[in-house]
Amino acid sequence: MAINGGHRASADGTWAEGGTNPPGTGWVADGAAPAGNALAGLDALDLAGRPGSAPGRFAVRFWNSLWPKLLAIALVFLVWELVTLSGYKKEIFPGAGPTLANLWDQAKTGTLWQALGNTLESAVIGFAAAIVVGTLFGALVSRIYVLRAAVGSLITGLQTMPSIAWVPFAALLFGNNNSAILFLIILGAAPSIANGLISGVDYTSPLLLKAGATMGLRGLSLWRHLILPASLPVYVAGLKQGWAFGWRSLMAGELIVLVFNHPTLGELLNNDQSLSDLQSATAIIIVIFIIGIFVDSLFGAADTSIRKQWGLA
Amino acid sequence: MSTKTVTEAPAVTLAGVSKVYGRGPAAVQALDQVSLSVAPGEFTCLIGASGCGKSTMLSLVAGLDKPTAGNIAVSGQVAMMFQEPALFPWLTAGGNVELALRARGVGRAERRQRTGELLDIVRLGGFGAKRPHELSGGMRQRVALARALAQDADVLLMDEPFGALDAMTRDVLHDELDRITAERNLTVLFVTHNVREAVRLGDRVVVLSSRPGRVLEEYPVTIARPRRIDSAPVAELASQITDRLREEMSRHGD
Repeated sequence: MAINGGHRASADGTWAEGGTNPPGTGWVADGAAPAGNALAGLDALDLAGRPGSAPGRFAVRFWNSLWPKLLAIALVFLVWELVTLSGYKKEIFPGAGPTLANLWDQAKTGTLWQALGNTLESAVIGFAAAIVVGTLFGALVSRIYVLRAAVGSLITGLQTMPSIAWVPFAALLFGNNNSAILFLIILGAAPSIANGLISGVDYTSPLLLKAGATMGLRGLSLWRHLILPASLPVYVAGLKQGWAFGWRSLMAGELIVLVFNHPTLGELLNNDQSLSDLQSATAIIIVIFIIGIFVDSLFGAADTSIRKQWGLA
Repeated sequence: MSTKTVTEAPAVTLAGVSKVYGRGPAAVQALDQVSLSVAPGEFTCLIGASGCGKSTMLSLVAGLDKPTAGNIAVSGQVAMMFQEPALFPWLTAGGNVELALRARGVGRAERRQRTGELLDIVRLGGFGAKRPHELSGGMRQRVALARALAQDADVLLMDEPFGALDAMTRDVLHDELDRITAERNLTVLFVTHNVREAVRLGDRVVVLSSRPGRVLEEYPVTIARPRRIDSAPVAELASQITDRLREEMSRHGD
């Protein structure tokens, strides 16, 4: 351990002659540099050349995950334009330009915004409820062994169930109103959220659990301080998947469950189909698509932020 | 802290401890009739080839696992360190230390102050806000040491804590560990594969046999402190112990 005799390295990397010894260096063998100073030098060397933690603003991360998607949209429009130019089903196939013009016209009327507002309101309320239901359910199932044996495969079964199959059930049970639609979102999203939490708990590192146990974390505090934070990355992946399923359920529900005096994106689509208005229908599809991508970017940014914190990105 | 006396009760006692994993023909006997007594403030190193049940012994003393036969008595609090730092990645270095205090029910204001003190002890004052992944391996292991100290333990169990570190860092951390265990009069059970490390640190080196693990021989280390891992007396005793270990290993090659 004889690093450079009577010299010492200070934390800023400069070398200084002599210097007073920090307390507790009496244990160091004669002729060696004081351990504390050697340690400070080692630390400085270890950390030099390491990328510092640039926390990165959320907006920047958000943009970083958004722009490739914008590029993808541009590609879609390119292919679309090529199909139009090829003359495929010329009489009814809507071109990209006229469809965007149609979208612009719809945006100038209040109906599209009203429908968008109603749909997003359902999405937010339904997804929030699904988070509560899925998280509670997932926590119970992952904690209680018997419950897992009994219900674990049921959750996966629910997850793989096409949401549209539930539409008649929901419509008959709740009638043609918004409750039916919320029910469909919860049914679509909650299983994925529950499964995300369950696998997150399962993948908690046994070493961390051991460390937690020796630290004296038990019961509820073990959950709060170790298992839940350790599950966070997988849980967020579950939320993302849950959103995707919930959003599908919402669209399926809105297409079929028409609530009086309550325009929604699905209902607009339904109207366009009745009126054989393929151009307007395509315009609405674009809106639905953009919302899907936007929300996906939000989850992507949250995921990146967690991985940055954990040193996984 | 009390001073060491001959009549003082041992800090850790293992009496005829056996541990069998599994059942029937597939059962593995990890420990067989191990008896060991560690005095308060004593630094005991456990050494042995693979399969000597060193890590099993620590898990049993820590109460993470139960012995199949025999008794284990520990007086006071036990803390444990692993080969990996096992820090929680969602917390800062300071947050990791603070959580150990919190688990013991230390109040918020005191926690903050104690965390700062503990990080100073491992010479990481000023690094409390860093995330574990932003620190080097040696620094992480020191945070883990601060976290173990935060548990206010009398007995510190260390399972090859420096095994994954480079030799230079390890040597400096030996000095640090010497200082901290002396200052706090800690009783240490230290598992290692490194014979010189065992002699450098221990008041006593316990050699274990493999499959099943038994206490083979004990070597008191009377070399005066401060010690150096590259000094002649350390090397001399280490080679004696290595010979004994080789003898034991060759028994399995027949």
